Amino acid sequence: MLYLSLVFVFILSYSFYFYGKKRALSLKFKKNENLSSLPDYYGYYVVLLVFFPAIIIWFFLLIFKSNFQEMFVMSPVLFPDVATWSSGKFGLIMNKISNLSIIVNLSEIDLTVGDKSILKMASESEIIAAKNLANFDKIYGWSNLTLFIILPVLLGFMATKSISGKLNAQPIVEKIISYVIKGSSYIAIFITFGIFFSLVFEAINFFRYVNFMDFFFNTAWNPNRAFVINASEGFDQEALKEAFGFVPLLTGTLLIASVAMLVAVPLGLLTAIYLAEYASSKVRDIAKPIIEILAGIPTVVYGFFAALSLAPFIKDVGEGVGLPVSAESALAAGLAMGVMIIPFVSSLSDDVIKAVPQSLREGSYAIGATKSETIKKVILPAALAGIMGSFLLAISRAIGETMIVVMAASLRANLTFNPLEPATTITTQIVTSLIGDVEFDNPKTLVAFALGLTLFVMTLILNIAAITIVKKYREKYE
Amino acid sequence: MSSLEKRLAAEKRFKFYGMFAMTLSLFFVLILMYKIFSTGSGAFVRTTINADVYFDPNFIEVSSNSSKKEIMKASYVDLADQVINQNHPGLDEENFIKVREMYTRKFDYQLRDYIANNPNVIGKTVNLDISASSDLDQIVKGNYPRNVPEAQRKINDYQLSILDSLDSKGKMSKTFNFWFFTNGDSRDPETAGILGALMGSFYALLICFSFAFPIGLLASVYLEEFVKPGKITDIIEVNINNLAAVPSIVYGLLGLGMLIGVFGMPYQVPLVGGLVLGFMTLPTIIIASRASLRGVPPSIREGALAVGATKMQTVFHHVIPLSLPGTLTGTIIGMAQALGETAPLLLVGMVAFVMEIPGGAFDPATGLPSQIYLWSESAERGFLEKTSAGIMLLLSFLIIMNTVAVLVRRKLEVKW
Repeated sequence: MLYLSLVFVFILSYSFYFYGKKRALSLKFKKNENLSSLPDYYGYYVVLLVFFPAIIIWFFLLIFKSNFQEMFVMSPVLFPDVATWSSGKFGLIMNKISNLSIIVNLSEIDLTVGDKSILKMASESEIIAAKNLANFDKIYGWSNLTLFIILPVLLGFMATKSISGKLNAQPIVEKIISYVIKGSSYIAIFITFGIFFSLVFEAINFFRYVNFMDFFFNTAWNPNRAFVINASEGFDQEALKEAFGFVPLLTGTLLIASVAMLVAVPLGLLTAIYLAEYASSKVRDIAKPIIEILAGIPTVVYGFFAALSLAPFIKDVGEGVGLPVSAESALAAGLAMGVMIIPFVSSLSDDVIKAVPQSLREGSYAIGATKSETIKKVILPAALAGIMGSFLLAISRAIGETMIVVMAASLRANLTFNPLEPATTITTQIVTSLIGDVEFDNPKTLVAFALGLTLFVMTLILNIAAITIVKKYREKYE
Repeated sequence: MSSLEKRLAAEKRFKFYGMFAMTLSLFFVLILMYKIFSTGSGAFVRTTINADVYFDPNFIEVSSNSSKKEIMKASYVDLADQVINQNHPGLDEENFIKVREMYTRKFDYQLRDYIANNPNVIGKTVNLDISASSDLDQIVKGNYPRNVPEAQRKINDYQLSILDSLDSKGKMSKTFNFWFFTNGDSRDPETAGILGALMGSFYALLICFSFAFPIGLLASVYLEEFVKPGKITDIIEVNINNLAAVPSIVYGLLGLGMLIGVFGMPYQVPLVGGLVLGFMTLPTIIIASRASLRGVPPSIREGALAVGATKMQTVFHHVIPLSLPGTLTGTIIGMAQALGETAPLLLVGMVAFVMEIPGGAFDPATGLPSQIYLWSESAERGFLEKTSAGIMLLLSFLIIMNTVAVLVRRKLEVKW
């Protein structure tokens, strides 16, 4: 129904364009009125007055559908004590009712044995609520549809009625469009605010349970220790203190990111140098896109490759040499991540190296330096700032990378700097704490937002530093 | 060695290092592709066992006059057992179970679907290709070794002997596994398909596009054409650049905390997944679109203004149409990135076991990459090749999208 009403809004808006235009034309030719704008603009004028109010209301009804659902189903008539329920209980009952609503109206032959026992266990008022919920979608859909036939038609006729020769539609239309355009560009800011506030808000909730200092300076990470003793005492405060220590996650993240950088920096930089200084244009045209394929491959593919092939291979090699290597070693995840990052380093460094003025190269050749000496002693020092910027961007990318470490790194925190041992990362822990039951009143879930905030701040600092460095560097040679 | 010779040797060495690094990077691409294709190609073929199926009315609860609903609801477990007994006469109870394990667990569903499509078949005998179980399939494909002790095999000696006798009678065959393209997810590898995930990704991308494309286009028009550089544009500009570099998992947290937590949108649905992907794609589109708008020469604008067009008419009638190829290219590339993103989908719940094929943006669904992740976490060997096949499908979509982007740029771009 919701889709249907959206389609209606579009069809009605489209037809009102012609209606408004026709009315303007008839004013001109039948009543000989002088129009202040072109007839098209009267059409646009009507469309805008029909379309925007309707579409805003449509979005509103879409987004708050579940809120209306709850208001409709959880009436105090059926559940007298609903006001006293905790949000957890409320969600649980709502869930139960929505499961019931699927089967409550089925005829006898469609019910399975399981369905019947569920029906038997439900209370009287829950059954009524479930029937209400089953009706709700129908009522909501139909009322929606009626609203979206009546509303645009009403608005459309009002707008058309107001068309006269004196009405100058063009500036009005342009004004409305300019507001829409302006609004669109502010959405980028809203998204940033949205990210920041949703992270900060839930992180503050987390720090209500866990001390700030305990989180950042403890060296043990065992979120499963955070359990409720009983309803009156809440969480075991001693266990909470020990449960969330950020340090091993940070070291794990840095360990895997450093392995990745150890792969990506030499390979990426040397590739960039070769492509920019040595390779013929033919080689360059073929090799560059192929290497950039590495950047376009989804990270879930690298994760699969790291877990399936790389990790067992490294384990076998290590055991062959006599080193104890874990099956989830930081090395495997780091290597896969390094391969992923090569194109970031190589293409950014390539741009930077090419931006070094030709005169510097020629000056160096003129005093008899070989090509490699020129590169090492002249070009690289000149391009150093830009190359550093590309490294910082690559590090930020490595720290925020999720799928590779979720699939190939360990889930258990381990305070180590040995790449052969398992290690976990910030992103891995965000995912593990949010997969499965999501309860916003449990530190085990909320910790994901505290971790996310830390990650966001870390990558933000790295990005801003990188962008500033690269910008400064560019200005130097422009 | 003289100093010049040393320097020239160093030169040679350095050039070699560069070449080596480049070749190694190229080698990584090759090995990745090789590994995926060699493990994934098996998923497109399915082992079947040819059997004579007598649709015995005594074992079927429905008759040929029953309605389709009744046919779909009835149980065919007894019929499936009867078919096995007929094709393998003289089995005792223990061996019967072993033979039953060689056929797919969904044997009865396969019979049900056949009856639903041909209700008149009841009482007749038909020759059908029955899907083998995933373990048998893997033995036939050679992915499980046969020459290891029985305890280490999923297929025991008795089943192997049956397999060999079936094989010698020419009853084993391989068919194209169309189930992979038409089914939703399943607990059994032999019946698991990718269509559910594909539709989930499709709806999510649809939402992503309808959010990010209009807003990205209009925002870039505002920033490039309407506003004078100042403090607010600087803030927006820095903002967009930062948004483009925020890790994707943070967008997932935004979706979970804001869209699901605050606005109460449902969990697991492509609507939320698509919006989150749209937030992520928006900066990419804005950056591409701005570059493309900047490429339109000022003479076009001046020409339009000179003949009396308003600013708005200039932009909407002349500048935007001319910049559209660049914007579209950026949009397609952004959508290709969004298609491959997994982490945000995990956080908004699009990673559950969903058997049904979603019919819209409000139905629970998985996405293509999150389905790949789900399968890769499964221990069964049969899912390994499904994972690789899923990756092959995902990569081919990415290649198609990127090729379209290149073609759009080549065909439509105006050179000034």
